[in-house]
Amino acid sequence: MGLFVLRRLGVMLLTAIALTFVVFFLTNLQPNLEKLARTEGSVRMSEEAVQDWIEQNGHSGSVFLRYGQWLGVVPGWTYTDEKGDTRGRCFQIGEDPATAPRYCGLLQGNWGYSTFFKAPVLDSLGEKLAATGWLMLAVMLVMVPTSLILGVLSGMREGSVTDRTLSTFSIASTATPEYVSGVVLVALFATAATGISPLLAEWGLIEPKKTLFLASATSAMDDITFWNFALPVMTIALYGIGYIARMTRASMTEVMTQQYIRTARLKGVPFRTVVMRHALRNALIAPFTVIMLQFPWLLNGVVIVESLFNYKGFGWTLVQAASNNDIPLLLACSVVAVVVVLLTQLISDIGYVFLNPRIRLA
Amino acid sequence: MDQLTWTGSAGTILLPVIQITLLALAVALVAKLVLVLAGLDGPGLPGPDGAATARAPGHYASLAIRLSFFAALAAILCILAAGAVMPSPVEAGILGAMTVRFWPVWLGLAATFILSIRFRRRLGLYGKLFDSTVGMIGFAIVMFWVFTAIFADVIITQDPFVQLSGLKNKVPGIAAPDSPYGWYLLGGDHLARDVFSRMVMGAREVLKIAPAATLFAFMVGITLGLPAGYFGGKLDTFISFLANLVLAFPVILLFYLLVTPEIRDTGIPIVLAGLLFLFPIIFLTVLWNSRYYTNPPQRNLYVGITLLIGLWAYSGLAFNMDPLGVWSMEPNMLNVFVSVVFVNSPGVFRIVRGLVMDIKARDYVAAGQTRGEGPWYIMLWEILPNARGPLIVDFCLRIGYTTILLGTLGFFGLGVSPDSPDWGSTIDDGRKLLNLFPHPALAPALALMSLVLGLNLLADGLREESLKD
Repeated sequence: MGLFVLRRLGVMLLTAIALTFVVFFLTNLQPNLEKLARTEGSVRMSEEAVQDWIEQNGHSGSVFLRYGQWLGVVPGWTYTDEKGDTRGRCFQIGEDPATAPRYCGLLQGNWGYSTFFKAPVLDSLGEKLAATGWLMLAVMLVMVPTSLILGVLSGMREGSVTDRTLSTFSIASTATPEYVSGVVLVALFATAATGISPLLAEWGLIEPKKTLFLASATSAMDDITFWNFALPVMTIALYGIGYIARMTRASMTEVMTQQYIRTARLKGVPFRTVVMRHALRNALIAPFTVIMLQFPWLLNGVVIVESLFNYKGFGWTLVQAASNNDIPLLLACSVVAVVVVLLTQLISDIGYVFLNPRIRLA
Repeated sequence: MDQLTWTGSAGTILLPVIQITLLALAVALVAKLVLVLAGLDGPGLPGPDGAATARAPGHYASLAIRLSFFAALAAILCILAAGAVMPSPVEAGILGAMTVRFWPVWLGLAATFILSIRFRRRLGLYGKLFDSTVGMIGFAIVMFWVFTAIFADVIITQDPFVQLSGLKNKVPGIAAPDSPYGWYLLGGDHLARDVFSRMVMGAREVLKIAPAATLFAFMVGITLGLPAGYFGGKLDTFISFLANLVLAFPVILLFYLLVTPEIRDTGIPIVLAGLLFLFPIIFLTVLWNSRYYTNPPQRNLYVGITLLIGLWAYSGLAFNMDPLGVWSMEPNMLNVFVSVVFVNSPGVFRIVRGLVMDIKARDYVAAGQTRGEGPWYIMLWEILPNARGPLIVDFCLRIGYTTILLGTLGFFGLGVSPDSPDWGSTIDDGRKLLNLFPHPALAPALALMSLVLGLNLLADGLREESLKD
């Protein structure tokens, strides 16, 4: 077991390094750097001036060295211009280069300075991650129980009307990406033009011109209420619910055909007890893996939903970083994303071994 | 000219019917769920004498679900049919008028279904699809959009790029005196263009890329997955590591890195295209070569034709250097296409690899090895045909997934021209005013959802039928 975890950790580390390098390479391409030079310096810089700017700000040279600097395993760059002023990765202008640390990258806690937020990346990203954390938590609280109940209900009697109705629902929800369900939910619940809000206003249940739910979750940044948070949470959860429910159903139907279930039925155990005591525990092993592997997908959903509902969290930050060519911020976002994905993969692997007594790794 | 209502003159009678049946359906569904959760849904409650005679309440709820569902469906179909025979759009209503506009699609669907059902016993797996209701519904939805894409020029009511003054964000059914048709069936968007025509044209945009990109992803996945699964060892470890690398990337991040105007300047999409587009040629060449290498003239013919056409298309598609100018792809489109193929291939690779590892332990593979068949012959002509069932199912699912990915790209405005009518970017355009005017975003959203739903149902039907063998 220990060796298995160690080996997995090794592969994980290798993957993380490879992935961050790819992101680093793609964000630090020459056209991106030129764009950065023009936004940071001046729009009307000549080609030569742009090249000088890139060189003077440590963006020239081998991409491997620059990646090492960013990671913090290669000494940071320094540049002394003709006036004798020295600039470098690890210190501001005016500070003494001699006292500054030689290494200052990710590993030393220096994640760079965000040109979009005009603040250190680590500070601004932490706040955004907390906002997304709440969103994820709410999604998990809605998604996991709902999908497991749906899956178990439809899987316990294969082919029944319940099964077919719930399976249709699951298929429909997996066919609805977040940007579609978000639009549909807003049209149904959060516009004064269509859906149920005009009806409710007519009946006097809500004020006229108001809507039942809010189409923007910006106010949820300070104060989460049911009315501003329900739609974004439902939008992300819906896509996952169908998928997890289908996996749970498949695993449940398989368990229900096992011999020991038949034995239990034949010896007169009530159907309910059979499902709750005998079937459920074995049927929930597979969905556990699926739920953990669903995290990368949630990340996707978070990006779409946060842009759609204007909720300023991690996903929104990623979009802003990418569209504003904010290289340090985008790199930090990708580090977070990659770590989340790899950690959930590891947890799902280890958890599967723990949950399933039939698998024993030496 | 008047504004159109949704249901036209038939609606006055049928609309209350639909409302009542839908309400009944909702009540029945809730009742059923409550009964199931309360444990009152079983094969039967014990009667007075202890035997299971009386029907459980859940049974009646199921009956109610079925009845109300079919009643609602029948009423809606009645409105569509009534609309189709009405002389003018005013009486037909929006739904009826749309039914009329889609006439080539109905003809195409009818022809497809009549012919397919007539000859279904001779059509293999495709014919068997018509034994499964779910599969048929899925196939009908998919074919609906395929025919819509083919006949889009006939269906649209006006040019999807034309803007008419005074129709900005107007509601569905608004009269448009300047339009050749006279109405905007699904209203106007934020630039006063016809939402209905844009939705129809969007089908063409989506169906132009999604199936082709999925096919390419399959070629890449199969060509790499077969040897990885069959030989195993270091080769497998290496390719699997690369595949896991791509799979561990959050898709949106990858899109934001790969589909930008800046990256087109560096030529990375062309390099990727040069790499990925090579796989179909390799696949087909190896396929023919392994089959016919005992018969050189035939082998040379097939491989020659493949190489000739393949390399010709390759030079045009990947590098835009086709000497005859037949094959070409816009840089925008190439970028999107390559990224989608790149994202999809590792998934296909994993499936193929798993299937091969399962199948290679079978007796007929051992028999082939004993006969002295080469490894590529065994992979391509013994293992691959036996893996076709799950692969076809995955192909359908993956087209749906690709459609979602393309929509995501459009939604973030990546790699598409700003006024393109494809569904993703239309949703993106509509979302800014979503809570005031939901209709411009709703039409493409429902269209995309129905296409993906159709593909999922089709895959489900195919899986069901292929498991019956």
